[in-house]
Amino acid sequence: MTVETHDPALQRGAPDWAWYVGIPTVGVLLYLLYGQLIPISEWVTALFPVARDSHTGEAIAFFVYDVPKVLLLLTGIVFVTGVLRSWFSPEKSRAILAGKREILGYPLAALLGVLTPFCSCSSVPLFIGFVSAGIPLGVTFSFLIAGPMVGPVGLGLLYGLVGWKIATIYLVFGFTIATVAGFILGRMGLERYLQDWVRELNAGPGGDLPEERLTLVDRLKMGLEQVREIVGKVWIWVLVGIGIGAAIHGYVPQEMMLRIMGGEAWWSVPAAVVVGVPMYTNAAGVIPIVEALLGKGAALGTTLAFMMSVIALSLPEMIILKQVLTWRLIAIFIAVVAAGILATGFLFNALL
Amino acid sequence: MKHVKVYGPGCARCATTEQMIKDAAAKLGIQVEVEKVTDAKSIAMAGIMSTPGITVDGKLVHAGGLPDAAKLNGCLGT
Repeated sequence: MTVETHDPALQRGAPDWAWYVGIPTVGVLLYLLYGQLIPISEWVTALFPVARDSHTGEAIAFFVYDVPKVLLLLTGIVFVTGVLRSWFSPEKSRAILAGKREILGYPLAALLGVLTPFCSCSSVPLFIGFVSAGIPLGVTFSFLIAGPMVGPVGLGLLYGLVGWKIATIYLVFGFTIATVAGFILGRMGLERYLQDWVRELNAGPGGDLPEERLTLVDRLKMGLEQVREIVGKVWIWVLVGIGIGAAIHGYVPQEMMLRIMGGEAWWSVPAAVVVGVPMYTNAAGVIPIVEALLGKGAALGTTLAFMMSVIALSLPEMIILKQVLTWRLIAIFIAVVAAGILATGFLFNALL
Repeated sequence: MKHVKVYGPGCARCATTEQMIKDAAAKLGIQVEVEKVTDAKSIAMAGIMSTPGITVDGKLVHAGGLPDAAKLNGCLGT
């Protein structure tokens, strides 16, 4: 489509140079602010009429340090991700996957799932778009699992709050689970458990949307749009998550944490999955909780299992998928992914 | 009269997109009839994988994310 009628009055905006100067300036200012968070949060904590080393003091300090930290990190990561993702689209990913041999398809689908922007409300049209283009069901699942599970936002927050080692472990295992679970689901021949109308829909639709040429400023705008949208939506979960994290940090006794989530309690891994699946939040909400759990001595495997099941398997998303999958297929999907998460949890508790 | 369809399951972005189309049409002084399509099957049949998607007089002009204001004016104006 060519755009011929541009009404100049309707597309006013900042000139390009303002973007090239403005974005780096804001970036540097936020980075400097990020470096000063400890003194700022200690100063704010001291304003409260409680002893710094009391339970309440600890909880307040955790909260007032983590809220600006997570919001700043989140803004930065979402912006960078939004810009990077402007080079990828579901349409391109589908075109790449449609031509690949199946066995190569799984890891590639997991990788593209991480890079392709899609929100959970788009997962149904995306699913249909993939399956109707002849992409195997298992490969499509690899894509759908990897997207939320190893999203850049979650990885960036993990890196910022609990360090690069755990972020790397999470990346490797999240990616492996998406690849292997997709492969297993693909081997099971589950096509007959799709809703009838999805199976009948076979003509590869789409592809008639012409590729757009985006300037760098367009991409920067897309990044900002993502910040507005995602941070605008998840901030409340961030506050709730940090609130829970602060309560754990301040009030939960270490012995109790070790008894419930420590490496000795074998049942804690499945329990973490059972608690995690119905919880509806996202990476930004759950990672501050993870930070507090690890700080109190919870075992890494148990904590990873909890985090993965919250992020990758949420009930509202399953209900969205109900439009295209039968309950039976949803149950198999949950079982396979949960098995991968359990294996990861047990493995890490055994190793460490 | 242009017939515009907004495809999406009904999240906040779809509502914003609908409003953007109405605003753009009002500014351009053209008549539009905006229809929202929320059914997953219809969205898929239109070839849309990322929502919100927009068709103008049956032609797919946008998919995924909020439309750019200038682009929207282009689609509606021609």
